[in-house]
Amino acid sequence: MTLATLTFQTLSDAVGLGAIYALMAVGIGLVFGVLRLVNFAYGQLVMAGAYTLAFTAGWPIAWSIVACFAVVVALSLAMDLVVFRPLRGQSPAVMLVTTFAIAFLLQAIALIVDLRNGQLGEVVPSLSSLAQPITVAGVDVRKITLVSIAVAAGALALLALLLMRTTIGLHTRAAASDFRTARLVGVRANRVIAFAVVLSGLIAAAVAVLLTVQLPFVTPDFALRDTIVVLVGVVVGGIDRLWTATLGGFTIGFASGVINSALPTDKTVYLDSVVFALVILVLLLRPAGLFNWGRRAAVERV
Amino acid sequence: MSRHLDAAVELAAPMLLVIAVGLISTTASASNQVYFLNALVSVAIVVAIYVFVGNSGVISFGQISFVAIGAFAAGVMTVPLDSKKNVLATLFPLLRDHTIGDVPSLLLAAALGGLFAFAVGLPLMRLTGLAAGIATFAVLEITHNILREWTSIGPGATTLSLVPESTGPRQGTIGALVVIAIAFAYQRSRLGRQLRASREDAAAAHGVGVHVHLQRLWAFTLSGALAGFAGALLVHQLGSITTEEVYLELTFVTLAMLVVGGMTSLWGAVVGALAISGLDSFLSQAEQGVHIGFTLDLPQGSRLVCLGAIMALVLILRPSGLTGGREFRLPRSWRRR
Repeated sequence: MTLATLTFQTLSDAVGLGAIYALMAVGIGLVFGVLRLVNFAYGQLVMAGAYTLAFTAGWPIAWSIVACFAVVVALSLAMDLVVFRPLRGQSPAVMLVTTFAIAFLLQAIALIVDLRNGQLGEVVPSLSSLAQPITVAGVDVRKITLVSIAVAAGALALLALLLMRTTIGLHTRAAASDFRTARLVGVRANRVIAFAVVLSGLIAAAVAVLLTVQLPFVTPDFALRDTIVVLVGVVVGGIDRLWTATLGGFTIGFASGVINSALPTDKTVYLDSVVFALVILVLLLRPAGLFNWGRRAAVERV
Repeated sequence: MSRHLDAAVELAAPMLLVIAVGLISTTASASNQVYFLNALVSVAIVVAIYVFVGNSGVISFGQISFVAIGAFAAGVMTVPLDSKKNVLATLFPLLRDHTIGDVPSLLLAAALGGLFAFAVGLPLMRLTGLAAGIATFAVLEITHNILREWTSIGPGATTLSLVPESTGPRQGTIGALVVIAIAFAYQRSRLGRQLRASREDAAAAHGVGVHVHLQRLWAFTLSGALAGFAGALLVHQLGSITTEEVYLELTFVTLAMLVVGGMTSLWGAVVGALAISGLDSFLSQAEQGVHIGFTLDLPQGSRLVCLGAIMALVLILRPSGLTGGREFRLPRSWRRR
């Protein structure tokens, strides 16, 4: 294997991971936009979707995926109704810690459900054919990498259309930039929030499908690590705007992939240190977000 | 006069609570004592976090990295010399060939925690809001990563064991009391009041001459020192520890304790730590069947479900925490007397 193919391989894997992280970033960013709430329990939505795929492994693939979407969207709406709604207007710290508690709770429930058959972890075999590599221009690329990129690009394009070209999209954008004023001019808060929550649930379900192909073994902490990394990426990119948040998610996935291959083999265990040191550096230089050009960080106002 | 009485009550209430837990723990059976010791160490950790998060209003996910540093420093330095050469052979010679006593190890942990927090806080205390949260979280990740992989300073990914289990009822109680007393002294000091003013309104505090960045740095450093100290208490309680035990889960649980109790008061930090660890102990007993008038026998695994559900419920129904974020006050009729 020459250096060129190695780099291409690295790049394609990094882009594939970045694409999935970008999707998760959109899901987190959408809800943050309308609720000013960082949903730490987002990973548990993905986890619930992955378990649904595992438990419906006997069904035809299409039905299994439909079930996954149904479960995740329902859970997402339930979360809004039971948790987010009573917390509206609370301090960010309280909202964030409450979503920790919800994440903790969902993970504990998943553990009980998972352990019914006596062993930890479930396997999702349905889409495993996508994990096979195919050869593109002399390089082995796993099909799922291409599928991830395609799905992410498609979903993002669809979302952009929805937000830019429909009334409810316009309302959502209005609510995201100034919730109170938007309400004053007649945007219905509950509808907009429900819209954002459903969209973010749909995205979580799509992520569940993509991630289970890459990692067919589902445990209660499935997607937990990914969620944390994406949350970091979202803030680094700039959480105030959806596209900077998305770009942040993509960047941290892509950067992790590239840095991992750039480090000498005996130093790859320090990947996290390198990535998070970069995170700190970026936050210090651009606290409002790496991609937040042309807009100053919110200054202190009296 | 009544102001001094209020202050005395403010300090006495959490201290009496901790002393009560300490006294009960001496009467508990050996197998139950561990629950009380857990609670005392949790109080120390949560109050240490409170010193920064509660007084500044800036959320930090990084305080557990100072607990980790304290725990591993105190642990590594107190493993008896004769076994150290075998189980921790990869250490730097300086660390491998020396062992210190129990109290020096607690002080060393506090010093290292404070030093590290100061070094980290120097650049990071500029940040506010989510950026501060994420940056401190990055500190936790880096600390965990290095402690886990660098075998010249610690046990790496393996378990650090053979640490003297010196945190019994006495050391646990005294340790928690020391942390509470320092936190109390700080929040009533000039520095503490300046920081609390900046929490309520950063711009206004800045306007009356509070150097917000500097005040946050002092609190972060003090909080780091107390967290390191609490980490030393923790390792001396457990006797053996891995890097995973002072990482994400502990971060979330201790922050939840703080918020459930009421983030902006010392009383809230103590109540939250005791309430959640008490609940946790009760539930893990209930999983094995406990007799409270009737026999309560919860199925395996339900402990975490109940714990998560109750934490979420408290936060949703009472977002300002069990104490409402206020210090302990005697009822009005008492104070008038």
